[in-house]
Amino acid sequence: MIVADRKSLQEILAMVADKKKILILGCKGCVTVCNVGGLKEVEILAASMKIARKKEGNDIDIDIQVLERQCDTEYVAGIRDVVGNYEAAVSLACGVGPQFLSEMYKDQTFYPGVNTTFFGGAVQHGIWEERCAGCGSCAIHNFGGLCPIARCAKSLMNGPCGGSSKGVCEVNKDTLCIWDAIVKKKMESGRLDDLIGVKPIKSWKTARDGGPRRSIREELVQGNI
Amino acid sequence: MSELKSGSNLEKVLKAGHFAFTGECGPPKGANVEHLKEKLSHLVGKVDAVNMTDNQTAVVRMSSWAGSILMMEQGLEPNFQMVCRDRNRLAMMSDILGAYALGVRNMLCLSGDHQSFGNHPDAKNVHDIDSMQLITMVKKMRDEGKFLNDEDIDVAPKMFIGAAANPFADPYEYRPYRLANKIAAGADFIQTQCIFNMEKFRDFMKKVVDMGLHERCYILAGVTPMKNAGMANFMSKYVPGMDIPESLIKRLKGVDKKDQAEEGIKFALEQIQEFKEMKGVAGVHLMAIEWEHKVPEIAERAGVLPRPKV
Repeated sequence: MIVADRKSLQEILAMVADKKKILILGCKGCVTVCNVGGLKEVEILAASMKIARKKEGNDIDIDIQVLERQCDTEYVAGIRDVVGNYEAAVSLACGVGPQFLSEMYKDQTFYPGVNTTFFGGAVQHGIWEERCAGCGSCAIHNFGGLCPIARCAKSLMNGPCGGSSKGVCEVNKDTLCIWDAIVKKKMESGRLDDLIGVKPIKSWKTARDGGPRRSIREELVQGNI
Repeated sequence: MSELKSGSNLEKVLKAGHFAFTGECGPPKGANVEHLKEKLSHLVGKVDAVNMTDNQTAVVRMSSWAGSILMMEQGLEPNFQMVCRDRNRLAMMSDILGAYALGVRNMLCLSGDHQSFGNHPDAKNVHDIDSMQLITMVKKMRDEGKFLNDEDIDVAPKMFIGAAANPFADPYEYRPYRLANKIAAGADFIQTQCIFNMEKFRDFMKKVVDMGLHERCYILAGVTPMKNAGMANFMSKYVPGMDIPESLIKRLKGVDKKDQAEEGIKFALEQIQEFKEMKGVAGVHLMAIEWEHKVPEIAERAGVLPRPKV
């Protein structure tokens, strides 16, 4: 899923400092799963903002809504009748949400309430880790099912670098050296041969380097499915 | 290794079977040519080639190719370092052509320290290709006369291709295989990370020799003389990939502070003597960090002077 972190209350308050009536929009997709932009988090943010503004003697009127998904025009269209009633809106969806909203409602301002960080998953309750860089040409099967593009600090395809120490990356002691894991897995399974030879230079055309990407499924476009 | 690949002095020295002795110099944090020349002046006639580092430890300095050219003006042969952190394949190939056009004949292919260690930690890193792939690219440019996209190069750059190896990084058992990959990729010579743990290095070299890797490329052992116990402590704690045995730190601490530099040099000299005898080691790469003026003394005492003329 897409993982995000909530922006600080101060940062969000500063974005809407001159607004008196706002809408906070949650999303039932990834940000609900990673506990940053679902109903509960939307309610907490609204309450915190109200308290902070009340303390300043500058009350703010906040309504909330949680959309099924903010990355789908069908659901984004659901706030058509009310979106004009506010001076601004804060979206707690990933970076896709406030863009879909901004594209549909050109007269409204949508502020991002979260920082979208990575594609990943929860490794334990409350801790998420990156797993995928969305490079557009997956080859993890060549690396024991572990992605060096997303998980090596230098995206080495022929690692590990000289900074790998005791299974940990030199950049951050809390980060696994994924190349250490790849090598050990290959060695333990007697498949060291898989790592002999140079992995060829990657084409980044399918990644963001090739420009903004688009995925077209003809059968769906034509309405056959 | 029958005919010369680049014709560099370093290549000729190694090919003739001499024990190579290379130095290292960091370009200035600015355009202070005089300071660079002063540092380099100590190395003239004392080494076969000098590595010109490329924004080492991710700290911005004068470009390594410019430093390499300035070095040549002083009669030294550069080993032009290139890291994958700061350039994509276009910039790399372009800089390789430029450096070659200006006379550079050796280059060292590296990944590069992560920018979070340096003085611009907010920078975006590139890593379009990795150090292993950089070796294959330089080899392709040299041997096939082609760019990565298979277009012909109008006068191909003939570089003597170097790579690094850190026998002390993990997973240790894999390090000889990674070295083998670098050699298969096209590395003509290897300069190792600074060696302090001799026991581990002996074991590493034994594995390397057993695999026959020393017959397929020249391996230069990395030596850094310690200036004092504080430096040993610092490197042990803060420099990634360093393996500094407690016994060495103890040895340095065991003498008066004013004698610690001499003790550090003595240890380096003992290492060089052992490397001269060690099977598979073709030379020493001396990294006297901001201690260039000590290189003549170390070279003299190590018995590696005069340098061969080939």
